[in-house]
Amino acid sequence: MKITILGGGPAGLYSGLLIKKANPAHEITILERNAAGVTYGWGVVFSDRTLASFQRADYKSYEQIANQFVKWDAIDVRYRGETIRCGGHVIAGIARMSLLKILQARCREIGIALRFSEEINDSAQLDGYDLLIAADGLNSVARKTYVEQFKPALEYGKARYIWLGASKVLDAFTFIFCENEHGLFQVHAYPYSGTSSTYLVECDEASWLNAGLDKASEAESLAYCQRLLSEHLNGATLLSNNSKWISFPTLKTRNWHHANIVLLGDAAHTAHFSIGSGTKLAMEDAIALAGALEQYADLDTALNAYELERKPVVEVFQRAASESQSYFETIKRYRSLEPVQFVFQLLTRSGRITYDDLRFRDVRFGEAVDRWHAQQTKIVNKRILPPESQPQRLFAPAPMFNPLHLRSLMIANRFVLARAVEGTPSGLPHTEQLTLPDHGILENTGYVPLLKDTYRGAGLAYVGLVAVSAEGRITPRCAGIYTKLQVEKWAELVAGIHRVTEQKIGIELNHAGRRGSTRPRAEGLDRPLRQDNWPLVSASAVSYGPHSQVPKEMTDEDMVRVCQEFVRSAQWAMEADFDLLQLSMAHGYLLASFLSPLTNRRDDEFGGALEQRMRYPLDIFDAVRAAWPADKPLSVALNASDCVKGGMTVEDAVIVARTLKEHGCDIIAVQAGQTTSDGEPAYGRSFLTAYSDRIRNEAGIPTIVGGYLTTSDEVNTIIAAGRADLCIIETSDA
Amino acid sequence: MRIGVGLPSGIAGTHSQLILDWAKRAEAGPFSSLGVIDRLAYDSFEPLTTLAAVAAITQRVKLATTIVIGPLHNNALLAKTAATVDALSQGRLVLGLAVGARHEDYAAAGIDYRSRGRRLTEQLIALRSLWEDSAIGPKLERQRGPDLLIGGLSDQGFARMARYADGYVHGGGPPRAFARGADKARAAWRDIGRPGKPQIWAQAYFALGSDAETQAGYRYMREYYSFAGPVAERIASWMLTTPQEIAGFMRGYEEAGCDDLLLFPTIPHISQIERLAEALVGLGRSER
Repeated sequence: MKITILGGGPAGLYSGLLIKKANPAHEITILERNAAGVTYGWGVVFSDRTLASFQRADYKSYEQIANQFVKWDAIDVRYRGETIRCGGHVIAGIARMSLLKILQARCREIGIALRFSEEINDSAQLDGYDLLIAADGLNSVARKTYVEQFKPALEYGKARYIWLGASKVLDAFTFIFCENEHGLFQVHAYPYSGTSSTYLVECDEASWLNAGLDKASEAESLAYCQRLLSEHLNGATLLSNNSKWISFPTLKTRNWHHANIVLLGDAAHTAHFSIGSGTKLAMEDAIALAGALEQYADLDTALNAYELERKPVVEVFQRAASESQSYFETIKRYRSLEPVQFVFQLLTRSGRITYDDLRFRDVRFGEAVDRWHAQQTKIVNKRILPPESQPQRLFAPAPMFNPLHLRSLMIANRFVLARAVEGTPSGLPHTEQLTLPDHGILENTGYVPLLKDTYRGAGLAYVGLVAVSAEGRITPRCAGIYTKLQVEKWAELVAGIHRVTEQKIGIELNHAGRRGSTRPRAEGLDRPLRQDNWPLVSASAVSYGPHSQVPKEMTDEDMVRVCQEFVRSAQWAMEADFDLLQLSMAHGYLLASFLSPLTNRRDDEFGGALEQRMRYPLDIFDAVRAAWPADKPLSVALNASDCVKGGMTVEDAVIVARTLKEHGCDIIAVQAGQTTSDGEPAYGRSFLTAYSDRIRNEAGIPTIVGGYLTTSDEVNTIIAAGRADLCIIETSDA
Repeated sequence: MRIGVGLPSGIAGTHSQLILDWAKRAEAGPFSSLGVIDRLAYDSFEPLTTLAAVAAITQRVKLATTIVIGPLHNNALLAKTAATVDALSQGRLVLGLAVGARHEDYAAAGIDYRSRGRRLTEQLIALRSLWEDSAIGPKLERQRGPDLLIGGLSDQGFARMARYADGYVHGGGPPRAFARGADKARAAWRDIGRPGKPQIWAQAYFALGSDAETQAGYRYMREYYSFAGPVAERIASWMLTTPQEIAGFMRGYEEAGCDDLLLFPTIPHISQIERLAEALVGLGRSER
């Protein structure tokens, strides 16, 4: 086959090398735009796994590459004057130039024609090839020629960054966080040769503009970074190589091959530099392409197989890279975290590395995290010695086993059971059921499991969605806390739990609003009762689903009445001796219906802008806060997002959470979706964690998060990183 | 985890007698259910009428559709057909529905492909109501009608399943892919606030025998999934071809919380179910 390769970077050279090696009969030409010996960028990094694949693919070049490697296994984070090290991350760096030289020499050795300074502006000019490998980078000429076929999508990051080098030796991959009068800058620095390191400086757009870097020349930018990093450079000088401030372009391409043209490396995909995988992915593409061409005689089958093998792998990296990218873009929200937690959050940012992974990689770091977290929760300090002369604790439990203090409540650990319960059914018909004294009483089907739960070792359990009135029930089987008989049963439960265990017990009060008067959920969600429906109220007269009853818009009197019901139920909860009270403002129930612009269409002082939509829920919160004992915590379940266009966003939720905190809310239980019958989050493991992280760290309030968590590793990772303070665990037998 | 077997009704060229023989063989165990798949514009048997025939010659096994392409059907007619199969089988029907993936099936039925998600949501509500309200007959074994499963991997699909159905049916793949799907289903179910757990069903393809036989299986897989382009090759690579592969696969699915796994044939020959039965008995599966 006659093969033309566009681009003499690592992907182009390596693919040429491997294809020719497998079948020397191929005639291969590599066309490179730059002159030989010219390259941009400094060092590139590979993980030990990538190195192993190089070893298998071409031992000769691997050996030469390995000879020039700088290997290290630690990540240093410099933050607020401290340097924290975490080991066990085996990474190798090499100068890009050295890598290219090795690959160029290998290519020549086996008879590949390398032509430098060949500028191709239109791949249609090229002909005489059976296969064109486009390894010509982000601005691939071949891809641009066939945009319709390849369907590329390019998205630019919000942050600005610049690649610099320095004649400075580092013994670890180093993250440096520097704050100055212009803003926050972060530096990703790593060694790539015996004498030099890459310094990549990144900041958000505001800091970049504040510092005047938009107007700075190359020399001025260099001087600015030199000043910024002076204390970290120990006299070394930063170097520029045609370096410019840019926004990271993430490229995704729907199709990687068209006719006899195939895309490789950056020409097909890019992934944010913070996970250091651009060159790695490009060279792995080369390995896969060469393998496919060797395996399949038919070109189309081979290109299909290549795309099939690589695309899912690349997509996994792109997802992790995008998590990492948005972490760095919004890093300001973590500035209040203390160094150990900040570092833990940084290392676990992409979701690929967990608490258990870090302990496995570097047990000393893991223990330092445990120690720090235990210190925060003050179970160590008996205050016999003044703080400065207290010796450090040797070992500490995993973060999930540290207590949480909310007002005077001490929750012994960080995992929580949230239980839905049923009440005794109401009689029929509707007119009687509201006056029947024995409905809505906690059933033994809920009571017994709640007592059994005390053996599970959770710090807190709470019972969910207990109605504040008959009208506020979701189904006729809803448990309530608005009659004497109901309260007696709750009091019996709470006393039973308190008698046998340290586990605390909370209750979540709810008014169903427009989601009321539905059938038991075993029959499906939000299906109106067949008969005896009771009238519903909501912020506005908008029905929940197409088959749902249209609620009545709440009048002033309704609002006063419902507020009194919440207060009365809170008082009953106090009488029953619950340890924690939670108000439901999520999932489209009554209070949530005021918060969301989709369900609140009022034109009075309770509708309109978010500030007004918050008003009634806040009124209720204030009234309940006043009625609920000052030494007991009050929690609010809040939708972080309605997950539907035009609904509440996480930005709105942060504002609501911050306001609730000002009003004396102690903790937010983060939820999402269900505001409308078609607004749902992307379900899966840990699907609420990112929302919780955002609310906790931007609104500065503790959070409870669920979202299908089942393992101690998930809980420890979330707690240690400061993404939440309590985790709801799903038990397999619930 | 219970193990069921798929009927060869989705393999082009299958003879009707084989379907009946196959069903009788399945009834003898060690299988707990019989499954059918659905294509419209293809040389295959219609799933629910096939199950009606099978209902008459079996007593024990559950009869599951994994899946029927719901949006191609009129809701009331589908409710009636399913109720009829359920009645004929004394309540053994499990009705799995999904939107399907092939444009040509929609074109053949004259249904707008883009409306499929909305149509399926409406269908779920309509089916349940038609059955519960006894609006259509025949009399159902259970008032609420057969259990409904939903297939698919879209975010909306999981929410739809948790809101309106009784369980999830996974489309196939390695155990890890199944585990992710099952986690999504359970996460949605718990978050939505349905009591208990969703039923989790899954399916896989098998071909047991000589290389030449398994090659025929692969050919069928590539052809059946050819609409998926290059992905067909990957789907074909998941086919189970030895008892060892079946053992590893079953174990992975069981650990990830699968309730019912259906193994579908790729070769329309009675020896396939016999070999599968033998392999399962060898793995300690003897439930009749």
